[in-house]
Amino acid sequence: MTTAPEIGSSRKRSEDARLITGKTQWTDNIQLPGMCYVAFLRSPHAHARITNIDVSPAKGRTGVIAAFAGQDFADEQGALPCAWPVTEDMVHPDYLPLAINEVRFVGEPVAIVVARDRYAAADALEAIEVDYEPLPPVLDMEEALKEGADLVHGDKGTNKTYTWVFEQGDNEAAWRDAPVVIERRYIQQRLIPSAMEPRAVVVAPVGDEYTMWSATQVPHILRTVLSVITAIPEQKIRVIAPDVGGGFGSKIGVTAEEVVLMLAARRLGRPLKWTESRSEGNLTVHHGRDQIQDIAIAADRDGKLRGLRVKLLADMGAYLRLVGPGVPLLGAFMYNAIYKMDALSFTCSGVFTNKTPTDAYRGAGRPEATYAIERLMDELAVELNLDPIEVRRRNWIKHEEFPYTTIAGLTYDSGNYEAATEKALQAFEYDKLRAEQADRRERGDPVQLGIGISTYTEMCGIAPSRVLGQLNFGGGGWEHASVRMLATGKVEAVIGTSPHGQGHDTTMAQIIADKLGVPWEDVKVLHGDTATSHKGLDTYGSRSLAIGGVAVVNACDKVLEKAKRAAAHLMEASEQDIEFANGAFSVRGVAESSLPIQDVAFAVNLAHNLPDGMEPSLDSDATFDPENFSYPHGTHLCAVDVDTETGFVKIRKYVAVDDVGKVINPLIVDGQVHGGLAQGIAQALYEEGVYDADGNLTTTTLADYLVPSAPDLPTFHTDRTETPATTNPLGVKGVGEAGTIASTPAVVGAVVDALRPLGINDVRMPCTPERVWQAIKDARGGAS
Amino acid sequence: MIPAEFSYVRPSTVDEAVAALSGAGEDAKVLAGGQSLMPLLRLRLALPEVLVDLDRVDEMREIRDEGDNVFIGAMATHYNVIRDPLVPALVAKTTATVADPAVRHRGTFGGSLAHADPAGDLPAVMLALDATMVARSPRGSRDIPAADFFVDYLTSALEPDELLVGVRVPKLGDDWGFHYEKFHRTAQSWAVVGVAAAVQRSNGTVGAARIGLTNMGPYPIRASAVESAASGGPASADAFRSAAEAAAEATDPPSDLNGSADYRRHLARVLTARALTAAATV
Ligand SMILES: Cc1cc2nc3c(=O)[nH]c(=O)nc-3n(C[C@H](O)[C@H](O)[C@H](O)COP(=O)(O)OP(=O)(O)OC[C@H]3O[C@@H](n4cnc5c(N)ncnc54)[C@H](O)[C@@H]3O)c2cc1C
Repeated sequence: MTTAPEIGSSRKRSEDARLITGKTQWTDNIQLPGMCYVAFLRSPHAHARITNIDVSPAKGRTGVIAAFAGQDFADEQGALPCAWPVTEDMVHPDYLPLAINEVRFVGEPVAIVVARDRYAAADALEAIEVDYEPLPPVLDMEEALKEGADLVHGDKGTNKTYTWVFEQGDNEAAWRDAPVVIERRYIQQRLIPSAMEPRAVVVAPVGDEYTMWSATQVPHILRTVLSVITAIPEQKIRVIAPDVGGGFGSKIGVTAEEVVLMLAARRLGRPLKWTESRSEGNLTVHHGRDQIQDIAIAADRDGKLRGLRVKLLADMGAYLRLVGPGVPLLGAFMYNAIYKMDALSFTCSGVFTNKTPTDAYRGAGRPEATYAIERLMDELAVELNLDPIEVRRRNWIKHEEFPYTTIAGLTYDSGNYEAATEKALQAFEYDKLRAEQADRRERGDPVQLGIGISTYTEMCGIAPSRVLGQLNFGGGGWEHASVRMLATGKVEAVIGTSPHGQGHDTTMAQIIADKLGVPWEDVKVLHGDTATSHKGLDTYGSRSLAIGGVAVVNACDKVLEKAKRAAAHLMEASEQDIEFANGAFSVRGVAESSLPIQDVAFAVNLAHNLPDGMEPSLDSDATFDPENFSYPHGTHLCAVDVDTETGFVKIRKYVAVDDVGKVINPLIVDGQVHGGLAQGIAQALYEEGVYDADGNLTTTTLADYLVPSAPDLPTFHTDRTETPATTNPLGVKGVGEAGTIASTPAVVGAVVDALRPLGINDVRMPCTPERVWQAIKDARGGAS
Repeated sequence: MIPAEFSYVRPSTVDEAVAALSGAGEDAKVLAGGQSLMPLLRLRLALPEVLVDLDRVDEMREIRDEGDNVFIGAMATHYNVIRDPLVPALVAKTTATVADPAVRHRGTFGGSLAHADPAGDLPAVMLALDATMVARSPRGSRDIPAADFFVDYLTSALEPDELLVGVRVPKLGDDWGFHYEKFHRTAQSWAVVGVAAAVQRSNGTVGAARIGLTNMGPYPIRASAVESAASGGPASADAFRSAAEAAAEATDPPSDLNGSADYRRHLARVLTARALTAAATV
C-alpha cells in the first residue's frame, strides 16, 4: 500500500483544537497547593539613585508573606547574562535582577511582595517606601555619544558599549570616482514585541530541587543560566515551557523575574507565581529594533553596485540583554542582500540609554538591513531613471551562479530570484498598476497609488556552532532530536526546540511519518521540558525546522538503520537484501515478504530474538549542527493608496512570493508568512514605542501602542517558488521571520513611491497619517 | 486585571439602583458594560469604594418609540443599538464604528455618554441631534440637554448620585441625511477626529445642517460656523468644502500620540467636508 506523502500536505495543526478551545496549559493556568503570588515594584524614574528603600511596611499588610528589596538578594542574585560579547573590550555593566543603588529605566524592578493572592500582593506594593534622587536621563543615542554627555552607567565613563567593524573587499577602489553615490539616513523605531500571552513564571521548590514553568522560548538555555546565576546545580533544576502563546524573540531572555522568583522560592520554600500585566510587559519585555542607519551606496551609471557603507547606532537600552549586542551583527552580513558588489564596510556602535533594554525581535538584525538596502535600491532606480525591478535585476545573483559567495563572505547555496520575481510581477499585475499610477498622477487624484518592492533574502537556521564561535557568541547552534518506537508501533519524538505558535507538533510528525512510513496520527512530539527533552538549544532565528527538523531526520535514519538490522535477522535474510518502503521491510526479490516496521518495533521491544549485541529498544538520539545558514528569499510587492488629504495609507494589494526551500506543510508556511507580514507591516505603518522627555514610556497599553488586526490588513496573495536548500537533507530553509523581514521596505517603499512626484524620498516609520500629511505639507512648502 | 479593593452591589431595578448609588456615598461608581471603567480600575486610575453594577437592571435596556423621539435606555448595548430598527440612522451608523464586536456586545449606550470621553463617538452625535439625557436621583428625574451634558474631559453634568437612565433622541424627517466620518489609525482604535453630520436637503440646497465634532477639545462641540455657512447653500461637494474651512473654529484639540492639534484642525476641515457630502448624498 502506498500512502500519499505527509511532507507537502496541508495538515491542519494537531495542536489547534486544544489551543482554540482554551484547553491550554499556559503558565498562568498552573495552580499548585500553597502557591503564593509575587508582585514587582518598579522604578517610576528613567534614571535615579535609590537613597533609601524600606519594604517592611508592606510586610504588615493583610495576606503578605514576605517582601524583599534588591539588598536582600545582594549575595545571590548575581547579574543577568549577556551571552554575546561582540568585542573583546565591550563595556558590560552588571545587570542586577533587582536594582540596588541605582535604577536606569522606567520599569526596572526594585522590590517584590509575596502574598497569598495577587490582589494582596499588588495592594501591598504601595506600602513599600523608596526614596529616589533623580539623575539626568540619557534618551538620545547621538547625544549620548557626545563629549561630556550624561552617563547611563557613571562608573563606565562612556555610553558606548562597543564598536564592531566589518570590512570586506577593496572599499577604497569601490568609492574612488564612483559615478553615483547615494547616502541616506533611516530610523528603525523602537518596537515592543506584543506576544498574545504575557510572560508568566511559576517556581516550585521541592527539597533542594526546583521546577520552573515559564512562558519562555528557551527552556534549556534558561536552566543552564539559572544554575550559573543561583549556584543551584543544573541537575536539580527542571524548566518547563508549557503552552507558550507567542514570543517573537521577547521570550528568549533570561529575565529578572525568572531569577527573582527562583531566589524568593528558595528563600521561602514555597511555590510562587508571577504573571505580568500588559502594561508591565510593555515596560519590561525587551524591546526591538531602535537603530539609526546611515547607509550609502556607490554605483556605476548603468546601475551596477560597487560598494556599500553602513554606519549604525544601535540602542541597547540601559543594560545588555542575552543577545542584544549581537543583533546588529546578524544584520551586518545581510546589507548586501541578493546583490553583487565589490566592497562592504560596516560599523556598528552599541549605545546605552535610559530605556528598556533591547534584544532580538522577529528577524533580529535582518529586517533592519533589508529595509535599508531595499529602500536604497529604490533611490538608485530614481537616480538612474530605471524601473526599480530593473535596477535589482542588474545586480542580483543569477540563478546559475549558485552557490555564490557574497561580499559579506556567506555562501548562498541556492536561490532563484528571477523566478520568484517573475511570479510576483504576474500575480501583482505590475504593468497594469504602473499604468494606473501614471494615470492617477496625471489626473492629480487626491488618492495616489504607490508601489513598493522587496526582493529580500535572509539568513536563518541560526546557526552553525563554529560560526557562532567565531562571532564570540556564548553558545552552540546544533539541535537535537530523539525518536522512539513504542512496543505498539506508535512513535514518540523528543525535540530540543519548542513551539510558541509555530506548529512543531504537526510538522515534525509529518517528517517522521514519511521517514518511518507510519501514519501521521501515530506520532507524538514532546518538547519544552528539560526532564523529557534532555538537550536542545531552543527556538529562535527560524531554526526549528532548518536545524531541529534535520535532527529529526537524523534520528529517524538511526531508527531505520537499527530496524533494518533487526528486520534482516527476523526475516533471516542478509541486510543487503532488505528494502524499506511504505513502512515495511521486505527481502529483495521475494514477492510475499513484508515486515511492517511496527512489527519490528514490537519484536525489538520483546527482545526474544535479536541479533547478537543489539539493545532491546527501537530508539535513537541524534543531533545536527549545520555547515551553513539557510537563505530563504522572495519577492514581495505592495500597492498602497495614499490619501494625500489626510495622509492615511491603505494597503490595497500585497503579493508575497517566497522561496523557503522544500515546504513541509503549506498551510503552516502560509500562516507564518501571514503573521510575519502583519508584523512587518506593523513596523511600517503602526507600531512605535515612544518615550517622553523624562524617559517615561508613553505606549504602555494597546490603546497607545497600535498593533494592527485583521481589518487593517489586506488579503494577502501568497505563493512560492521552491528551490531546495542544498545544505540539509530536507532542502528546507526556514520561514519564521521571512514575512517580517520582507514586508517593511515593501510597504514604506510603496508609500514613498506614491509621494515621489512631490519630491518626497522618505517618510519616517511608522508612516502614520500625520507623518505622511506632514511630509506632503513640507514638500508643498507648508500648504496642506 | 488586579484592581484595588471595592465592594459591589447588583440592584435589579432603577429604584434600587438609585438607592444603592446614593446610599454608597461619594466614592461609588456605576458599572455598566465596564469597557471604559474596567481599564481605569486595572490601571488603578479609578479607586471607587463601591461599584453599583447595572447589569441586571433590565428596564434600562429598553429602546422605545415616543412619537417625536426615540428613547434609548442607558443599558442598551452598542450591539442592541445597531440592530434595533427604531434607532435613528446617525446613532446606529456611528455606533457601528465603535471599537470591535466584543466591546460592542458589552459596552453600553449610556456608559459611552456618561463617561464623557472626548474621543468617544456618541457624544458628538447626541450634540448634533440635540438629544436630551434623562437622569434619576433620590431628588427625582431631571432632563439635561446634550449641549449641557458634556462638561469637561471625562466629566458629565451628572451628580455623583445621579443615574443616567436613558436618552431621548429627536426623530428627524425623511429629508435629512446622515453620516459619521471617523478617522482612526486602526479599525479598533479610537477616533483621532470624528465628524457627525446631519443634513436637511431640499432640491439640491441645504435646508439645515448640524455637525458635531469628536475629539476636537475636552468635550464634543458643534461646528456652528460650518452649519451656518452650509445652510441655505448648494448641496455640492465644492460648497461643503468651502463651508468646512471653518470646521476648526472655536475648537481646542489635544496633541497626543495620535496627532498634533494642528493635524487635528486640518482633519476637522477635511472630514467635515466629507461628512457633509456623504450626508447630503442619498
Ligand atoms: C478596546 C476598546 C475600544 C473602544 N473603542 C471605542 C471607540 O472607538 N469609540 C467609542 O465611542 N468608544 C470606544 N470604546 C468605549 C466603549 O464604547 C465603552 O463601552 C464606553 O465608553 C463605556 O460604556 P460602558 O457601558 O462600558 O461603561 P462603563 O465602562 O461601565 O462605565 C463608564 C463610565 O460611565 C459611568 N456610567 C456608566 N453607565 C452609567 C449610567 N447609566 N449612569 C451614570 N453613570 C454611568 C461609569 O460609572 C463609568 O464612570 C472602546 C472600548 C474599548 C475597551
